[in-house]
Amino acid sequence: MEFKQEVISLLAEICQDDSIKENPDIDLFDAGLLDSFGTVELLVQIEERFGILVPITEFDRDVWNTPNNIALQLADMR
Amino acid sequence: MTPYGSFTFFFILAILLAPTIILGLRGKRFHHYNMFVTILALAIIFASSIQQAIALSLFTIWQVVLIKVYIHYRKNSNGDSIFYMAVILSILPLALSKVLPYFSTITFVGFLGISYLTFKGTQLIMETRDGLIKKDLPLSQLLYFILFFPTISSGPIDRYRRFAKDLEVKISGEQYKLLLYEGINKIFRGFLYKYIIGYSIQNFFINKLKFIAHSPFEHHLYYMYGYSLYLFFDFAGYSMFAIGVSYLMGIKSPENFNKPFISRNIKDFWNRWHMSLSFWFRDYVYMRFIFWMTKKKWIKNRNMLSNLGYILLFLLMGVWHGLELQYILYGLYQAFLMVAFNSFERFNKKHKWWPQNKFTHVIAIIITFHFICFGFYIFSGQLF
Repeated sequence: MEFKQEVISLLAEICQDDSIKENPDIDLFDAGLLDSFGTVELLVQIEERFGILVPITEFDRDVWNTPNNIALQLADMR
Repeated sequence: MTPYGSFTFFFILAILLAPTIILGLRGKRFHHYNMFVTILALAIIFASSIQQAIALSLFTIWQVVLIKVYIHYRKNSNGDSIFYMAVILSILPLALSKVLPYFSTITFVGFLGISYLTFKGTQLIMETRDGLIKKDLPLSQLLYFILFFPTISSGPIDRYRRFAKDLEVKISGEQYKLLLYEGINKIFRGFLYKYIIGYSIQNFFINKLKFIAHSPFEHHLYYMYGYSLYLFFDFAGYSMFAIGVSYLMGIKSPENFNKPFISRNIKDFWNRWHMSLSFWFRDYVYMRFIFWMTKKKWIKNRNMLSNLGYILLFLLMGVWHGLELQYILYGLYQAFLMVAFNSFERFNKKHKWWPQNKFTHVIAIIITFHFICFGFYIFSGQLF
């Protein structure tokens, strides 16, 4: 549970939007909160904070779309 | 023979794919037969030019050897310079085919589709580097991916891992029925787009402009909008043929267009126009450039970095279309739009100057449409 919270607060930091924390099922790309640039920042931070290396083309926007889904994917890769 | 260029081509296609459809409807595996069809179709497409057929063969051998050697190398080591070398070697045939004609009489390097096939080779090198492709790829599967005939001349640009997944899926007769229906639907929409709407715009509007326009300015203005619409219907129509035929063969080639003329800004436009190309540049150029720069911490300013990424991406995309001035200008123009929009977006995030409602949405679409059309006007080369 703790890991998921950490991922969500990282996302809130990168999207510069705290409403994500209350709405972890929001599609970050549809809502315009995350774009290619933000995605790269996210991948760099994921590597630095969690030590998980996510290749750019592994980050499929159809699967890695909401904070909950991103946390789920990362938990799998850990 | 040009793919999808004549009634004869579709007629041959119908005969070649009849066994595919029968096998599919009966829920039998058909990829081996489809590989055989690909060989026949390639022979028919390239029969008119032995020189192009040889260039295609040499190109394919070059890419396959390069990919195989790099995968083998990557199993035990991961050197930077070897990776860069592999990427350069994979782009080399395309670069030669574009540059050589300017310096010499050598024109035998290029062939129909080389620009699109190069994307497939280069992506395999990059995904191997990323560790996403670990095992040796079966030769037949690799060749099939590179040479898959429905998309050979102008895409859509598929991704290997997606393509390979489609090959493994077992398709039941019922599921194939849906694929067949969707495929035929797409092919007929292709006819509507390319041979009815696109053809009409060209023949009844663009070619008749000298009777319609009253001044040179009007002529250029009408041409700008006419050409933009023509370009869309012609290319989207072609893409539907390519995707539709892929579906009949059990391969769900990615979409290329998603209503580009209702884009609400230029960023949105690049998520809707020639998507398989723009996503390729996004994933393999822009994002990698940003990633690399962020890790090396060479450029700290985020906006500057993002803008540099856009300039790199669109200049490359321009050069990829060709080395003529209009393509380079087109790339610069798109880069400029992206940078300008980026600044606007940042400004608006702070000051909330442009509200979000239905009215502003429509206005945004209209403004974007005109900027897009001006881009295609540059692209068309009519400016010079």
